Amino acid sequence: MSIRKKINAALRYAILIAVGFLLAYPLLWMIGSAFKHNIDIFGNLAILPPPGRGTLEYFPAAWQISHDHTMAFYYVNTLRFLIPRVIGTVLSCTLTAYAIARFSFPGKKIVFTLVIVTLLMPELAFRIPIFMLYRDLGLIDTFASLYIQEFFAVGSFFVFMMIQFMRTIPRELDEAACIDGCGPLRTLWHVLIPVLRPIIITVGLLTFMWGMNDFQGPLIFLNSPDKRVLSLALRGLLQDYDVTHYGQIFAAAFMGLIPTLAIFFTCSKYFVEGAITSGGKE
Amino acid sequence: MLKPGEHKRNKWLTPYLLLLPWIIGILLFRAYPIVMSFWYSLRDFHPIMGDRGFIGLNNYSWLLFRFPSFWRSVTATLRYVLIGTPMVLAAALFIAFILNFKLKGVNLFRTAYYVPSILGGNVAVSIVWIQLFSANGPVNQILSVIGLQPISWLRSETFAPFTLIFLSAWQFGSVMLIFLAALQNVSQSLYEAASIDGAGKWKQFVSITMPIITPVILFNTVNVLLRHFQEFNAAFLITNRGPNQATDFLNILIYEYAFVRFQFGIASAMTWLFLAAIGLLTLILFLSSKYWVHYSD
Repeated sequence: MSIRKKINAALRYAILIAVGFLLAYPLLWMIGSAFKHNIDIFGNLAILPPPGRGTLEYFPAAWQISHDHTMAFYYVNTLRFLIPRVIGTVLSCTLTAYAIARFSFPGKKIVFTLVIVTLLMPELAFRIPIFMLYRDLGLIDTFASLYIQEFFAVGSFFVFMMIQFMRTIPRELDEAACIDGCGPLRTLWHVLIPVLRPIIITVGLLTFMWGMNDFQGPLIFLNSPDKRVLSLALRGLLQDYDVTHYGQIFAAAFMGLIPTLAIFFTCSKYFVEGAITSGGKE
Repeated sequence: MLKPGEHKRNKWLTPYLLLLPWIIGILLFRAYPIVMSFWYSLRDFHPIMGDRGFIGLNNYSWLLFRFPSFWRSVTATLRYVLIGTPMVLAAALFIAFILNFKLKGVNLFRTAYYVPSILGGNVAVSIVWIQLFSANGPVNQILSVIGLQPISWLRSETFAPFTLIFLSAWQFGSVMLIFLAALQNVSQSLYEAASIDGAGKWKQFVSITMPIITPVILFNTVNVLLRHFQEFNAAFLITNRGPNQATDFLNILIYEYAFVRFQFGIASAMTWLFLAAIGLLTLILFLSSKYWVHYSD
């Protein structure tokens, strides 16, 4: 390797590491500050608390995030809409993608076009009438209002992603099953699902992560305090702003991100591959 | 269970049965709402006070000609979209360009850079962002280290939008991954021909790689643009739409008129103007793609 090449390689690493640090800093600073005394948080750039001054003092108060409930309560509430949402998304999107990727039928072109059109349409275009619909069905202020839709394959992004993935699987695989006398659902279940596993996990995980971040949905559809989800509870920290409680705010934010971070790092492979599939070529 | 002969006879029905959930979904949660939304936009409609009748295009004309806040919101949204989108795309493409060199540890960087994309919309991140840009926060600390005056980020009409733009740029990772996958698909032989001609890496990138990945650039541009148009969480939580509407994005203004004031007619008309703006920009992008996007084979 020539010197010039070595310098170039070093320069690239330097850029990558610098950018990586810049991206990581807000999170590292948040985590570090959760263990600092209030007076150590601001006025410096340090991530870690000063030597010997680390503290767990703020965690109990942060865990008791509202007057009536601990964070555990809001985690559970979040799961109460998120688990059905993940199941609904995975089931309905798999069936839809299977029909589009594996069957030819009159109207298929229209179906695919509609998937793409709805993919480009923002969610908010439908929100007000859906609110009225849910009101008439008595679904306002229920967790169902946050997942009913997902059982009907409205997640065009995921449908599209799964179609792309299915197209990479050779058709001979399900045709062989067809000869063996498998019906379409059994072919899907016994032959395709095992192959589709990675994309199904990706879809499930992304639905989960986006659901953890969902703030506007709960804000609109849920009212009662006992149905508040984690995102709404965290927002509460900003509302009754108490200047002396920074440590508590950081500890709560940190605990609020722990599930997301833990899931991301155990399953990072699926996320990275999912992001790449979503941009897959036609 | 079906009898053997029956199975074959009903075969044409199979795809439609599989599509049944989707068909119900598109009718009930997409087609019906979009029609109703247009219907509401022509009425003086309030879900509690009731429907006070058809008023033609009055909601639209009120928004366009007698409601200055709407235009301030349009300006704020466009500012955010038009600065944020190129920033995200440029950062994503640049880092993808660097990661595309055969470097050790690419996977590690790929994963690490993707973390902000997953967390970005979380309320907890918004909370941290407020602290980052607070008077004594790290960002102002850095400014003072390099000898600049601190900025009151969240209270300045000029700088508040940038706290949100930075948050969006922070999440360039998912876009970068799509660029990187595209770059890795570019055939190596094209470069070999070019390096014989003595073209440098950057020149190769601009003259060979860029044209090949233009379809992916278009795909990402549309995606990032749409995402910026719909920004809600950060502006609602970090800057609280202010100061003086500098970050009062359309998605939030529509939310306010729909679910705080319950003026469904006005909010629906606003939604349609919003859709028209998005549609127009997307259309311009697609039409212009004829001139700059190269589809091979």
